[in-house]
Amino acid sequence: MSCKSNRNGERRMSVKSRRIGLNGDTAVAYAAKQANVDVISAYPITPQTIMVEKLAEYVNNGELDAVFIPVESEHTALSAAVGASLAGARVFTATASQGLALMYEILWIAAGLRTTVVMALGNRAFSPNINIHCSHDDLYAVRDTGWIELIAENVQEAYDLTLQAFKISEDKKVLFPSTISLDGFILTHSLEALYVIDDAYVENFLPPKDPVYPIDPNNPITYGPLDLQDYYIEHKKLQDYHFENSYPRILEIFQEYSEFTGRTYKPIKTYGLDDAEVAIMILGSSAGTARFVAKKLREKGQKVGVISLTLYRPFPVDKIKEATKGLKALAIMDRSLSFGSPGAQLYMDVASALVNEREKPLLFNVIYGLGGRDLTPDQVEYVFKKAQEYAKEGEVKELKLWVGVRE
Amino acid sequence: MTAYDIFEIRWHGRGGQGVVTAAKIIALAALIENKFGVAQPFFGAERRGAPVMAFNRISERKIRIKSMVYNPDMVVVVDKSLLNIVNIFSGLKKDGSVIINTKEKPKISNKYNVFYLDATGIAMDLNLRIAGIPLANMPMLGAVSKVSNIVSLESVKKAVKTEIKQMVDENIKAVEEGWRRVIKYG
Repeated sequence: MSCKSNRNGERRMSVKSRRIGLNGDTAVAYAAKQANVDVISAYPITPQTIMVEKLAEYVNNGELDAVFIPVESEHTALSAAVGASLAGARVFTATASQGLALMYEILWIAAGLRTTVVMALGNRAFSPNINIHCSHDDLYAVRDTGWIELIAENVQEAYDLTLQAFKISEDKKVLFPSTISLDGFILTHSLEALYVIDDAYVENFLPPKDPVYPIDPNNPITYGPLDLQDYYIEHKKLQDYHFENSYPRILEIFQEYSEFTGRTYKPIKTYGLDDAEVAIMILGSSAGTARFVAKKLREKGQKVGVISLTLYRPFPVDKIKEATKGLKALAIMDRSLSFGSPGAQLYMDVASALVNEREKPLLFNVIYGLGGRDLTPDQVEYVFKKAQEYAKEGEVKELKLWVGVRE
Repeated sequence: MTAYDIFEIRWHGRGGQGVVTAAKIIALAALIENKFGVAQPFFGAERRGAPVMAFNRISERKIRIKSMVYNPDMVVVVDKSLLNIVNIFSGLKKDGSVIINTKEKPKISNKYNVFYLDATGIAMDLNLRIAGIPLANMPMLGAVSKVSNIVSLESVKKAVKTEIKQMVDENIKAVEEGWRRVIKYG
């Protein structure tokens, strides 16, 4: 065990880890187990992933002292999670695509009642047609509901972000539920090496939950009562204010975890942006492929970069403004559609974040990978080429570009 | 292979033959050698008997790329009936190699480095089956280790021990037999 000094000169224990191989599902389940959750409520049928199956195993074999509530639908899975969270428990659930859609009503309630539920999403496409492979429809469906949204690029991040999600949600300056997104199949079912923290050290970062106004039968209070024209808007303004104010605290927790583990967490990740003229912005596992291609192109002298988001909600507007400064063109890649909108979801987010900036890159939207269609290095290279073309001509010829589609 | 290179394997088999498990074991073996290894299954409809693929990437460096494997260094065919259905040579690197599970010499182009072994026979001799299907994946793992040299036989055996919970000794024996019996075609 080694010790090092932090900036204040205090000596702190560096964490002990070991390197193992897990797929995304089991890495998330492992983190939830180490977080010592009290309640898991889940619906176990497709599109569920094996995350909750693994947790059921931990509960069954005594490795985890928790209550596992198998319910009859995702709507109930989240409803039970909300109740347990308000009662003071540390709660985990997981879902994807159609399951998330069925939870939609309760997503707003989980956030508005300031629960601290942590939910993993193994991102899958919405029906129709029946698909179950990777799209980002479900993670975007959460964006308006008041949840913190974290996105993993690899299995290590899926594990790390799950631990951080509990810390963030339960923080007294936050008190909002969190989702961790990991690409369906591409991350949920892929095995990679990752460092997991030794059990004994997890509590140093994540002490047991200290609930705020938990349900107390001796002091009954009402959660989410009738709230009409006279006060509803004030309460929503408060919720909005507190959600925005969770942002600086999230950054602090990222920083704390980075110091704790030596693995850096920031709301956005950038590559090559010091001198990049054009860049791709992308979410999830595809960011790895984009960076792989960018590295090759940079070796050939092309000034290209990649931006990816670890924190999607609250949207890191300041970091996006900073990162896009000096870029001539930016391709914003969405693994989803927003029918009839000016662009897909990430495109709209970035466009509105930059709208009042005096200097900003040309923006265009790329639709890729729907329903698990593979994003190949060739497609990424094509997008960079388009961005370079638009940058050179000073104009976006085609605002919405599809890649990897048979014509 | 330089430190930056990634060695890529594409596995072909049918649902239920343990192709995904085999890829996982190769990635775990890489991990045991302190390398970076990824196992990525490709699922279509998940059912027994359907053609399935899985991919491996092994490197001395962190592996960022997450796409499917298009230009493998090695192709492993666990079910020889796929030879007539799938173009197993698709995208294979010029100096790449192919390992096929077959009793007789395969009737295919010897433009590539083709190797073969009777993995099904090895599994049946050891009575290694799940739901009646012989586990040909285990001898194939031994063959992959020998032909590619990307992970050692020792590491593969260690990985099998961590991943497989039943009939461990028979599984290990099957890996060893595969390593011993794989031969070059032509």
